[in-house]
Amino acid sequence: MTEMLRIADLRAEAGGREILKGVNLTVEEGETCVLFGPNGSGKSTLLSTIMGYSTCKVTEGQILFKGQDITGMSVDERARLGIGMMMQRPPNIFGVKLGDLVKASAKNREVIGQAANFKLGEFLDRDINVGFSGGEIKRSELLQLTAQKPEFILLDEPESGVDLESIDLIGNKVRDLLFDPASGSERHVSSLVITHTGQILDYIGADRGYVMKEGVIQRTGNPADLLRNIKQNGYGE
Amino acid sequence: MPGRDSSVKEALNKKGAYGKDIDLERYEEGSKDADQVADLESSEYRRYMENVGVVADEMARSGSLMFIDNGMSHCSPRIQEGLEVMSVSEALRKHDGLKDFMWNAMDPAKDKYTAKTYLEDGDGFFVRVKSGYHIKSPMQSCMLLKTNRTVQNVHNIIIVEDGASLEMITGCTSTRHANDSLHVGVTEMYIGDNANLTYSMVHSWGDKTNVRPRTKTVVGRNSNYVNNYILLNPVESIQSFPAADLAEGASTTYNTVCLAHAGSDIDTGGMVSLNGPGSRAEIMSRSISMGGKMCARGRLVGNSPGAKAHLECRSIILKDGGSTLAIPELEAHVADVEMTHEAAVGKIARDQIEYIMSRGLDEDQAVSMIVKGFLSGSINGLPESLQKDLDAAIEQANLGS
Repeated sequence: MTEMLRIADLRAEAGGREILKGVNLTVEEGETCVLFGPNGSGKSTLLSTIMGYSTCKVTEGQILFKGQDITGMSVDERARLGIGMMMQRPPNIFGVKLGDLVKASAKNREVIGQAANFKLGEFLDRDINVGFSGGEIKRSELLQLTAQKPEFILLDEPESGVDLESIDLIGNKVRDLLFDPASGSERHVSSLVITHTGQILDYIGADRGYVMKEGVIQRTGNPADLLRNIKQNGYGE
Repeated sequence: MPGRDSSVKEALNKKGAYGKDIDLERYEEGSKDADQVADLESSEYRRYMENVGVVADEMARSGSLMFIDNGMSHCSPRIQEGLEVMSVSEALRKHDGLKDFMWNAMDPAKDKYTAKTYLEDGDGFFVRVKSGYHIKSPMQSCMLLKTNRTVQNVHNIIIVEDGASLEMITGCTSTRHANDSLHVGVTEMYIGDNANLTYSMVHSWGDKTNVRPRTKTVVGRNSNYVNNYILLNPVESIQSFPAADLAEGASTTYNTVCLAHAGSDIDTGGMVSLNGPGSRAEIMSRSISMGGKMCARGRLVGNSPGAKAHLECRSIILKDGGSTLAIPELEAHVADVEMTHEAAVGKIARDQIEYIMSRGLDEDQAVSMIVKGFLSGSINGLPESLQKDLDAAIEQANLGS
């Protein structure tokens, strides 16, 4: 297996405060890694830093994507290299239609015709995220990612704020993104997933788990074991 | 009216309430003896007209009017039943009662620009929709400035009688030879009861052109008036503050979309007096400074119980060197009114740009997409053809950062 992502001794600030305090982590090609951690531990900051959002400022360390140093690259350069992100709270963009963004970014132009499968048929003409419910935001993010066809996906709590009925649709769409539809079982897109409940793992499984606390990776291991342990003992020692 | 004449003469020295003062002496009076344009499609002015939403083939229009400098050059024969279209001078000969509408809504002594138009006896277009008629296709008019260093003083009258409706598109523009000129368009609109008028104005001028439109609309009971204003090209200065008086149950919407290019000084908006019980108004402004000066004004005056109104000014600064100023004013004279406003001025939020960039579009493409959405999505109910023109013009306006 080749390395898809390597984070080396990464320190980063957000809002003038150091949040990431020397993170080390790898994701291999075709691998799904899960990131656990208490609120405020730096998980979302790590994903935003990998995507290159300017709210996060790298002060030390490196981000390597397929062996290439992307630490200083802009968000769009990273996207064009094959990184995609499902945000937890994406911004509202007044005046820009969801369908227009999907069309403009689509490698997979057939996706527009599949919007109804995401229960978004009537949303293509709506301003992006404006007045969307929690579940609608998740489905909109997944539609965009399906059009974008990234090789590596950052998923920030894909199941949070979603009702029980919608979680099945979202879980299946995330699965479609990660698994090769031809083989059905072979994972062809790598991912790094933040989850609190572990529900999403019922759909996509996971190969490796990381536990983040106070801006560093504290533990690594089998994701199911880590989750069981967290459920029993919390994030204490 | 000798008394009025003398007060209007005095007003020749009265500066406009807003905007930089224009020295009227710099300009010759534009000719009233205009070239006649028999066919808009073969006209040498076609591209100028089409640039401001006036279509040459007239197929989707209920009628067309064109003024070149101060004279009428074209009046479409394709007139529909219930619709009357001609020059004001001809209408005055035909209709005795029209003189009661002349300078009724608009005070000719308002400022030097109205005074000049009054004293020069400015001609203009007369459009009347008879009671009960609904004109299906939009009526269109074009005000073209052709001669350099001249002033265009036109005085238009629109009357939509009880139970009637009309959509009207007016394109105002100057040829490249008439860059250094002044446009003064006085328009008085009278909407009867239970009637509708949508009036969309598209401007495109030279970068040395000064523009001082003066517009007043009287909206009758339970009627609706929509005023759309679009300016996307450079201009030296525009100052315009159209006003409407609403009767009981009447409603109005003012939509303004402006791009202030470097060197442009734009001061525009709208004022609505909610005089009738239950009247409603909405003033919406979307503007972008690309290095020019942009002032968006809105004034709502609540004079009657049950009046409800909202005012929204949003402005983006895309390039340094200019300025934007939003001036929302709410004035109430009775207790039972509900008037609100919101104003936002600033750059595009970084998180919005980066969100679009995260889908693989570069920064210029992301900014352009947001700005186009900000402008083109801002006017509801724009005639379809005009919406297409607006989208195309925004597309060509090089709105990347």
